[in-house]
Amino acid sequence: MNSKYEIVIGLEVHVQLTTASKIFCGCSTRFGASPNSQTCPVCLGLPGALPVLNRRAVEMAIMAGLATRCTIAERSVFARKNYFYPDLPKGYQISQFELPVCVHGRLEIETEGGGKKSVGITRIHMEEDAGKLLHPDSPAAGSVSYVDLNRACTPLLEVVSEPDMRSSDEAVAYLKKLHQIVVYLGVCDGNMEEGSFRCDANVSIRPWGQKEFGTRAEIKNVNSFRFVKQAIDYEVERQAELIEEGGKVVQETRLFDPNTGMTRSMRGKEEAHDYRYFPDPDLVPLVISPEWVEQVRLGLPELPEAKIERFVGEYALPRYDAEVLSADRALADYFEAAVAAGANPKAGSNWVMGEVTRALNAEGIDIERSPVSPQMLAGMLRRIDDGTISGKIAKTVFDEMWKSGKEADAIIEEKGLKQVTDTGAIEAVIDEILAANPGQVEEYRSGKEKVFGFFVGQVMKASKGKANPAAVNELLKKKLNM
Amino acid sequence: MSLTDLTIHELHERLVRREVSSVEATRAYLERIAAVDERINAFITVDAEGALRQAEAADRRLAAGKGGALTGIPLALKDIFVTEGVRTTCASKILQNFIPPYDGAAAARLKEAGAVLLGKLNMDEFAMGSSNENSAFGAVKNPWNLQCVPGGSSGGSAAAVAARQAAATLGTDTGGSIRQPAAHCGVVGLKPTYGRVSRYGVIAYASSLDQVGPMTRDVEDCALLLQAVAGHDPADSTSVDTPVPDYRAALGGDLKGVRVGLPREYFIEGLDSDVKEAVMGAITVCRELGAEIVEVSLPHTEYAVACYYLVATAEASSNLARYDGVRYGLRVDEGKGLLDMYMKSRAAGFGAEVKRRIMLGTYALSSGYYDAYYLKAQKVRTLIRRDFLEAFEKADVLLTPVAPTTAFGLGEKTADPLQMYLSDIFTIPVNLAGSCALSLPCGFTPSGLPVGLQLVGRPFGEETILRTAHAYEQATDWHRRVAPI
Ligand SMILES: [Zn+2]
Repeated sequence: MNSKYEIVIGLEVHVQLTTASKIFCGCSTRFGASPNSQTCPVCLGLPGALPVLNRRAVEMAIMAGLATRCTIAERSVFARKNYFYPDLPKGYQISQFELPVCVHGRLEIETEGGGKKSVGITRIHMEEDAGKLLHPDSPAAGSVSYVDLNRACTPLLEVVSEPDMRSSDEAVAYLKKLHQIVVYLGVCDGNMEEGSFRCDANVSIRPWGQKEFGTRAEIKNVNSFRFVKQAIDYEVERQAELIEEGGKVVQETRLFDPNTGMTRSMRGKEEAHDYRYFPDPDLVPLVISPEWVEQVRLGLPELPEAKIERFVGEYALPRYDAEVLSADRALADYFEAAVAAGANPKAGSNWVMGEVTRALNAEGIDIERSPVSPQMLAGMLRRIDDGTISGKIAKTVFDEMWKSGKEADAIIEEKGLKQVTDTGAIEAVIDEILAANPGQVEEYRSGKEKVFGFFVGQVMKASKGKANPAAVNELLKKKLNM
Repeated sequence: MSLTDLTIHELHERLVRREVSSVEATRAYLERIAAVDERINAFITVDAEGALRQAEAADRRLAAGKGGALTGIPLALKDIFVTEGVRTTCASKILQNFIPPYDGAAAARLKEAGAVLLGKLNMDEFAMGSSNENSAFGAVKNPWNLQCVPGGSSGGSAAAVAARQAAATLGTDTGGSIRQPAAHCGVVGLKPTYGRVSRYGVIAYASSLDQVGPMTRDVEDCALLLQAVAGHDPADSTSVDTPVPDYRAALGGDLKGVRVGLPREYFIEGLDSDVKEAVMGAITVCRELGAEIVEVSLPHTEYAVACYYLVATAEASSNLARYDGVRYGLRVDEGKGLLDMYMKSRAAGFGAEVKRRIMLGTYALSSGYYDAYYLKAQKVRTLIRRDFLEAFEKADVLLTPVAPTTAFGLGEKTADPLQMYLSDIFTIPVNLAGSCALSLPCGFTPSGLPVGLQLVGRPFGEETILRTAHAYEQATDWHRRVAPI
């Protein structure tokens, strides 16, 4: 990376809201329905149709604004952004321009060195999405394209940051943080492949110490964290080389190509649209009372930072555990449900971060769909605590719960996995093992204590893992030292 | 007396007494349309089949004793109102074959009231015009003189009432489009307060100014028809949720205690002498009826036309962007790509006046010009609104001419758009102020052309102007004259 220049990055993120219906009409926002099946006169832009604002979308905008410490505007205004495109049925997009719903927020990110940094949020505004163009590949279709307006009029938030980020890593950290927050709030499903969370990056460089910003390029629609990093790194390198060669960066819109990892020019400043923004006369100004904001604030879910602190304080979890669990609201909820059902917090945390996560990843499913419920997990953990099963056997029980959906107690009973604590039975097994391995007994007694582990293993194997490990240890030592 | 000579309230009496059926009344109107519309050209689409079906349903309702004020009454709508299954063109080539899949609020409310919808009326394309000569379906002729324009943009709606082709009609008014043709055709037209009537399903010209209103034979009909369409509509965010009074109950009595204001700026040089004489006569009648006549001032009147042609065209340039040939309406596609299709479709689909206004509006909103034009116009609009509020501290009703002249000759002003724009000089300020105003006949020229009187009311003051108009109408008989067609 070129160290002669300071990198300056600002991000514009489009967050698709999870409202059941669209922002200006009653159509469903469900993804994947057959083309144009979720449309009406309003989102088709038919003559005479008028928009009506979805109150739930406003609430979600307020939630996002509060979570990013924005000021919620008492009065904001919807504006028309005018341009022609076949996926834009009215010939304009309803957005917000001069008076957005949220302003002056910030987001705290962790930097590479482990420090903290505050990234400013200029504004958050509400807008409607456009439809989608479908380009059939078949030669028979010729040069025809089709328009699907199911997505048209679905609610979006555009979150615009200040140009506060100084590396691609900071940009990714900011994006991940914002992603985490909107998913946490439940205002976005966070699905980047389906385009629910997408990003444009404004990138420029300047010699260290220079006050003025360099000329920026806007990189469009980068739809994964990895691509954001790639696109920014490529763009920084491109701009640095250009300047080194005596050239000049021009203000333009560039498109990132994930196949090549490069950005290419889409349109220059001269070709930039004049969107002719003006207040939409079909909608009245959006007035949000302080009471409404307070009501939304009271309903806000706990955000990750607060949750981490609480997990450390309330459950005495190591900070690392608290951070891992809090990274995903569903994971944290699962953990807390298990604790509420009687699980020991530290053991619960270990299992959620360990076996539960491993099993989910192996099957590629979300925790909401885990076949082992938090209550089932807690039931099993209680059986470890009361000595019914060992930690090792518990893994077998867990796998069985996962497969069959049965409770731990039923599985322990059915498969006879109850730990053997009957010293007589264990002693009998030990005697057998010692008798069968006189050589190793000799070795141990001549001072090679490492062989002890071999005996433990043999005993556990012979008892099919059910022997109480503590009892095995104690009895083995007694017999070997006799 | 023919069935088609009856007002809504007169026909209603006969319908409820079952002296006449809605089917008979509807047939009479369909015959009248067939007999005269070749000369008037008020209708773009006549839906005889649909109308008779609705009339039969209305007769069943009336027979069951369940008919309301509009049940079985044959009405017609300006072709700007979206009607499910009935072609809606806005008098434009770009929508010449457009059949809407839904009913707008006006059509839905009238159907619910049991009215019979005879068809769709001619107008200036996208409501842009003051003479009804900007129609892709040909000019409308004035029933009082076939060489004259009926006014616009609701020219077909006015002419159809004057020529007895419908008992009453609905029009829309953005800068005078109900009141000016009502004046030129000798009928009553009301532009309600902005937000009083839903705009849902009205093809938008200038969204912050457009308003739906009745065009009728007399003031009582006007009150009845307004009653049917007024009221809050959740589908129109700009419609106002304020109670709808009983407009008909507001009628009656004299004008004692009513302060009638004459805006100084409206009685100017250039006002046609016939118009002036008729309006002065109306002032005398009002005084005789007990009104107190006061002078008021609307100082920013001279900026109204300029302000209007910035605000209205800016909104229009955006409202008309949806006619792009992609989803519905005219498409001219020669296979040369998207941009070519856009340009050719819009070039072929829009008429000259519509193109002129789209260009004006696009310019007014362009970066670098926005502040000087659009924003400045919005500030002027605020001043004009303030003018009216101040005038209404001194007066309850403002009395003015509707237009500087009576109906002019066909083709007389088409070559000079500015001259044409000035014919709305007395009506435009009311739209900018968002107030309500009514036009009713107050005299005739020696050559037999009607003159209109405008009564302007406070926001949501429809009752006051209806009552004033009714008192004046009762004292005169201009509204009883029938166009010689
Ligand atoms: Zn819809």
